[in-house]
Amino acid sequence: MSDSILTLEGVYTNIAQYHILQGVDLVVPRGGVTMLLGRNGVGKTTTLRTVIGHWRAHQGRILFDGEDITKMPTPAIARLGLGFVPEDMGIFADLTVEENMTLAAVSGPINSGRLDWIFTAFPPLKTFWKSDAGTLSGGQKQMLSIARAMVEERKLYLIDEPTKGLAPAIISTMAKALKDLKNQGSSVLLVEQNFAVAKALGDSANVMDDGRMIWAGEMDELSRDAALQERLMGLSMETH
Amino acid sequence: MSAAPEHAPTMAQTTLAERLGPYMPVLLVPLLALAGFLAIMNPASWLTLTVSGLAMGMMIFIMASGLTLVFGLMDVINFGHGAFVSVGAFVGITVLMTLGHMTQAPSLMLNLGAVLLAVLGAMLATGAMGWAFEKVIVAPVYGHHLKQILVTMGGLIVVEQLIIVLWGPEEIYFNRPEALKGAITFAGAAIEKYRLVAVAVGLAVFAAMRWVLRRTKIGLIVRAGVENGEMVQALGYRLKLVFVGVFIAGSALAGLGGVMWALYQEVITAHMGNHAMILIFIVVIIGGLGSVEGCFIGALLVGLMQNYIAFIEPKAALISNIALMVTILMWRPMGMIPVVKAK
Repeated sequence: MSDSILTLEGVYTNIAQYHILQGVDLVVPRGGVTMLLGRNGVGKTTTLRTVIGHWRAHQGRILFDGEDITKMPTPAIARLGLGFVPEDMGIFADLTVEENMTLAAVSGPINSGRLDWIFTAFPPLKTFWKSDAGTLSGGQKQMLSIARAMVEERKLYLIDEPTKGLAPAIISTMAKALKDLKNQGSSVLLVEQNFAVAKALGDSANVMDDGRMIWAGEMDELSRDAALQERLMGLSMETH
Repeated sequence: MSAAPEHAPTMAQTTLAERLGPYMPVLLVPLLALAGFLAIMNPASWLTLTVSGLAMGMMIFIMASGLTLVFGLMDVINFGHGAFVSVGAFVGITVLMTLGHMTQAPSLMLNLGAVLLAVLGAMLATGAMGWAFEKVIVAPVYGHHLKQILVTMGGLIVVEQLIIVLWGPEEIYFNRPEALKGAITFAGAAIEKYRLVAVAVGLAVFAAMRWVLRRTKIGLIVRAGVENGEMVQALGYRLKLVFVGVFIAGSALAGLGGVMWALYQEVITAHMGNHAMILIFIVVIIGGLGSVEGCFIGALLVGLMQNYIAFIEPKAALISNIALMVTILMWRPMGMIPVVKAK
C-alpha cells in the first residue's frame, strides 16, 4: 500500500502479565493528521510505544514506509524517519534547551532555517536557549519536546497528548505548531484527549477500546456525530 | 460570575542558605580542609596531610569515575570494577619492572617514559578486559540487579585468582622511579613529589572527562542517557554501543587508577582492587550515582577525611568514611549531586 506510511496488522502487546493490545489494526495515511482516540487506559500510549519499539509486539506486524519494523531495535526504527514525542515529554532536564535540540538533530548540525521556524512557533525556546531544560515550565517543556521531534524532517511524527495539563493559551500555540507541521505535508499520528484540538487538526480518526481498534473513519464524521462519540468513547466529547 | 480571587504575589528575597544550596557540595571540600586545620593546629602537618588527602582523593576518583557512569547509564551494578584496578596495577608494574634500566636512570625523561609506557600497557589491558567483561559477564544480566551483584562479584574472584596464577600469591614490592621519589619542602611541610603528580593527573582526568561530557556529542548522549535512556534511543542513538564504549573507557581509567595506586603504595597484591572497592563505592554513593562531578567531590572528601582522622585519631580512620557517608546521605539521600532520573 503506497498511500499508507504506517500499518499495524493484528498487533498484540503484553506488559508483564497484562495483555494491553489485543489485535490492533491501524492504517496511517501518508500526509495529514491521523487521530488516535479513546478513553483512558485503552492502549493508545502502548500503541505508540509499540511502534517505536519501547514495547515489543508479541504477535502481529508493523510496517513503516513499506518496511517491517516489528522486531527492529528502537534506534533503527527512529532513524528510518520517526519522530517521537512521548506522553511524559522525555525532556533531558540536566541538559540545556540547546543541548536537547542538538541531540535531537541526529544527522548533523541543526538546520538554521528549521530552527527559525521552531523559534517562530515556540518563542520561549529562543528566550531560554541556554537554560537547563529542567527549569522550564510545563508548557515550555512540552514545546521543547515537540520542537525536538521537529528539528529534523521526519516521515512520521508520533505525538502523545501534547496538550495534557496545559493552559488554554499554550494549547493554541501547540495546535498552531501542529497545524504548521501538517501544512508542510508531514504525516502525524496524534493521541489527543482535547476534542477541540482533535477536531481542528484531525483528518482521519481511529478510536480504541480495550486494546482494539473499534472505529476508523474521517474525523469530520466523528466530530459531527455526538451519538457516535457517545457510543465509542462513552461520553459526548462536545461537552468537554 | 464571582470576582476573581485576590492575587497578590510577593517576592521574597532568597536566604543565604538557599542561594548557597547548589554550591554546597563544592564548598564542602574547603570546609573540611578548614575543619582539619582547626583540629590539627599545625600548618606544616596540615599541609602535608591535605596534599596527601587530595592525592588519595584524585586516585580514588580516577578509579571510581567509570563505575558511576556505568551505573548511571545502564543501571548496572558492577562489583567487579575492582578487578580492573588490580589488573591495571599488575600489568603496569610488570611493564615498569621490565623497564628497570629506564626507571633507575637519573633521567627525568627516561623515568617518565617508563611510567607512561606502564600506564599505556595497563590501560590497554584493562580496556580490552573491560570489553570482554561486558560481553561475557554483564550483557546477559541487564536489568537484574541481584544477578549483576552475584555474577560481577564472581568475575572479580575469578580475576583475582587468575592474577595469583600468573604472578604468584606473594605481595610484590618495588621502588618508584627515581624522579618520583623524595619530597619537596614547602612552608616547612614535606610534600612527597609523587602526591603532587597524582593531584595533577587527577585534575587532568577530571578536566578531560568534563570536556568530553559537556562539549562533545558523545558526551551529550551519555549525559542524556543517564537521565532517560529510552528517549535517547527513540531519537535514534544506539545507547548499547555507547554504553560498551563507556564501560571500556571506565575500565581503562580503573586500570590507570590501579597503576597510580600501586606507585603510591609501592606494593601490589591481587586483592588491592577488592580493598579499594569499599572506598570507591562510598565515593560513588555520596557523589550521587551517575554524577562525575559528585564522584570527584566525594573522592576529595573521602581522601581528606581519611588522612585527617588517621592523624588525629588513628583508630577512628576506618569508620570515618562510613560516618561521612551516613552524614551525607542523611543530608542528601540521593547523594550530593543527585542525577535526575526520568522515572
